[in-house]
Amino acid sequence: MRLTAWLASRLLRLLLVLLSVAAVSFGLMMLSPIDPVDAYLGPQMAQVSPEQRTLIAERWGFNAPASVQFHHWLQQLLSGELGWSHIYNQPVSDVINQRFQRSFFLLLSAWLLSLILGVVLGIAAGSKEGSLLDRLISGYAYITASTPTFWLAMLALLLFSVTLGWTPTCCAGPTGVLSQEVTLLTQLHHLLLPTLTLALLGVATITLHTRAKMAAFMRSDTALHAFAQGASRFDIAWRHGLRHASLPAVTLAFASLGELFGGSLLVEQVFAYPGLGQATVAAGLRSDVPLLLAIALFTALFVSVGNLIADGLYQWADPRIARDRTNE
Amino acid sequence: MLTIDRLTLQLPYYPRWWRREWTTCIESLSLHLPPGEVHAVVGASGAGKSLLAYAIMGLLPQAARVAGELRFQGEDLTPARQRQLRGHQLALIPQSLNALDPLARSQHQVRWAAQRAGFGRSAAHQRADELLSRYQLSHASTHYPHELSGGMARRVLIAMAQVSNARLVIADEPSVGLDPNQRDRVLAALKAIALEGKAVMLITHDLRHALTIADRVSVIRQGQALETAPAQAFQGQGEQLMSCYARDLWQALPDNAFSTHPFHPTHQEPALA
Amino acid sequence: MNSQPRLVAAGYAGVFGLLVLLLLSSSLWLGDSPLHMQFEARLMPPSAEHWLGTDALGRELWARTLAGLALSFGVGLSAALLGTLIALSLASLAMLSPILDALVSLLIDTLLSVPHLILLLLIAFALGGGTQAVIIAVALTHWPSLARLLRAELLSLRNSPYVAISKGFGKRQGFIVWYHLLPHVLPHCLVGALLLFPHAILHEAALTFLGVGLDPTQPAIGVLLADAMRYLTGGYWWLGVFPGLGLLLMVLAIERFASMLRKAL
Repeated sequence: MRLTAWLASRLLRLLLVLLSVAAVSFGLMMLSPIDPVDAYLGPQMAQVSPEQRTLIAERWGFNAPASVQFHHWLQQLLSGELGWSHIYNQPVSDVINQRFQRSFFLLLSAWLLSLILGVVLGIAAGSKEGSLLDRLISGYAYITASTPTFWLAMLALLLFSVTLGWTPTCCAGPTGVLSQEVTLLTQLHHLLLPTLTLALLGVATITLHTRAKMAAFMRSDTALHAFAQGASRFDIAWRHGLRHASLPAVTLAFASLGELFGGSLLVEQVFAYPGLGQATVAAGLRSDVPLLLAIALFTALFVSVGNLIADGLYQWADPRIARDRTNE
Repeated sequence: MLTIDRLTLQLPYYPRWWRREWTTCIESLSLHLPPGEVHAVVGASGAGKSLLAYAIMGLLPQAARVAGELRFQGEDLTPARQRQLRGHQLALIPQSLNALDPLARSQHQVRWAAQRAGFGRSAAHQRADELLSRYQLSHASTHYPHELSGGMARRVLIAMAQVSNARLVIADEPSVGLDPNQRDRVLAALKAIALEGKAVMLITHDLRHALTIADRVSVIRQGQALETAPAQAFQGQGEQLMSCYARDLWQALPDNAFSTHPFHPTHQEPALA
Repeated sequence: MNSQPRLVAAGYAGVFGLLVLLLLSSSLWLGDSPLHMQFEARLMPPSAEHWLGTDALGRELWARTLAGLALSFGVGLSAALLGTLIALSLASLAMLSPILDALVSLLIDTLLSVPHLILLLLIAFALGGGTQAVIIAVALTHWPSLARLLRAELLSLRNSPYVAISKGFGKRQGFIVWYHLLPHVLPHCLVGALLLFPHAILHEAALTFLGVGLDPTQPAIGVLLADAMRYLTGGYWWLGVFPGLGLLLMVLAIERFASMLRKAL
């Protein structure tokens, strides 16, 4: 009963936040000094006469007050009409659909990899604070946390693709081959380096968080008591530490989907991987307003659902909260 | 069973940026615990009682400096030996109820303790059930610590200390925060352990209730053992007690009219209940 | 731990101070060397003569990297300070009435639900690029997390017994804010600003790298690296390695200093 009420209130909040995201991003687009007719025309703007420009502005309501335009855009949005992307010459919904499918595997595998590696490294480091292993792991994590994502991607490209030639330098498949004909193995080969780069950065946050939780746990009365029972450090890390550190780590991983997505923007840009991240950058650089707005909304939904899951995990998985719920 | 000979314990602190100094927590403390007895170690907060327990178990922070000798069953209690004996021959009932893992059920907590004491998986399971029922906790075996009352949690801790038939059981403030009924049950359980022929060290600030089960009492003040006396010495005006402090402690009890010693106006210890 | 914790702290502070001094003074002794072209020395690898090598126009990479770091430092610092100011103002504003509080919370949730980099793209798009736009964009994306922290802190302070007692004595709202609330929150602001700082630098560099940040004529780290991307497959590795390494070291120094300060406070 309480869970349903909690979920209902959170979903309502989610709706409110999404509406607010729509308003804020639409407002930002209205603020832009870039002329909306130019943005609509894209590269064709030189071929259009002033009369035609007025016609376009009237057709799309660019001269109407901002509130009217916003209202119109929201109405279209609710009827599932996201607009036309002039840089891809496709409906925006098709662009997002295709691109997200390509990015999804990259995001998912990087996310899983960083979660698993982060928890393992964090527990290993935190179970003996100040040990050589701890100093190595946390040193590594501090350095990667301060590394610019795109630079790491560049280094990986330089080392593995340019110098060693192990991985391809660009794209989702060999150039000149239709995407339907690319084999799964080739696809994975192209995804390998972007995934590893993206995962490596996520690992740092999860490692440091898990390490802090674990180190605090090793100083707790519970750990001291386990030592008094003759438990080894490994025993304590395995039996108690994993329980205490994994839930916060999974929660953090769900709560930082935004960073993961931001990272994918840069990684896809460097590896020229044609996913949603690259489309976002292209939309920003080439003033594709409908696409940019739709992506902002889409990623906000993605991140908010991640946050919702993160909050829900504690409600569902932590016995201290879960039992209280069933008792009521 | 356990002999402590002139134990001195120091911990570091940093008064200035670059200086390290040592504060003495236990000073030249000697005790002897024979089997079959409850030996109460009584002192105010900060007297170094818990540190004494950790020193015996070998659970002190790494930076601690220890001098003196610990002997257990005639053998030197070196750090390596402590590691061997912890959970097998030496058991600790910790002071804090937070010592229970908040994310594990009672049955698991006791079973893990049994596995650490060398039981196989299924034997440990059986042993845990056996101990839970001995301490009337069978109905709470699937409970998490936050669902246990203070007395139940304390009994889980006692059950965990009992999995291995340890020869020496150290109970650190086991009666804190319990109502009179629960407290008497816990103290009776400790007495029962001593009657099995084991040595029980009862660390407490509560002289009155310690006397209900103790055979012998050591009074500790600022890390020093002032006096070790048989429990019978605490009677009347405390004439049989040698140190003023022990006598003051005895006379300060509610049953003895709360008297604080008139000749010690500077004496800072809080009245002990 | 054997080493003295406070001695280590002093060491960090020293390194941080030196870094600041080096970067602040760099524009004085670098002069125009970051922009100086040598047509006879284009794309030279690192050597005794050209310490970190030269770029396609024969400009010294070490001078450009150093100038880029100083630029990043300045932009990052301004953005972090502006972000902290916004966070403090809005968190204080939220204290005034429940309606304002709800609005500020909604704004915080809204901005936190859009990935930073996408929000940065949107704001940079709205403001049209350039140094000022980047500073504002980075500040606008980074204030919400700090504001959320400050709001929680202020709320718990406002409900604390001593503030209630002060109210009971008839002290005015202004007195309470000035003497009871601000002194507690200011250290958080300082640490918050310092923790925002490295993020601000990294996001500025990322935005510039993508081509919507600082002007490409400026020797910003993002510009240098975007430039290096074009020469990467040609084997001109130094163009890509050194500017990024410089940025990494600077961010690492700031980050370590900030988290040390957070522990100390």
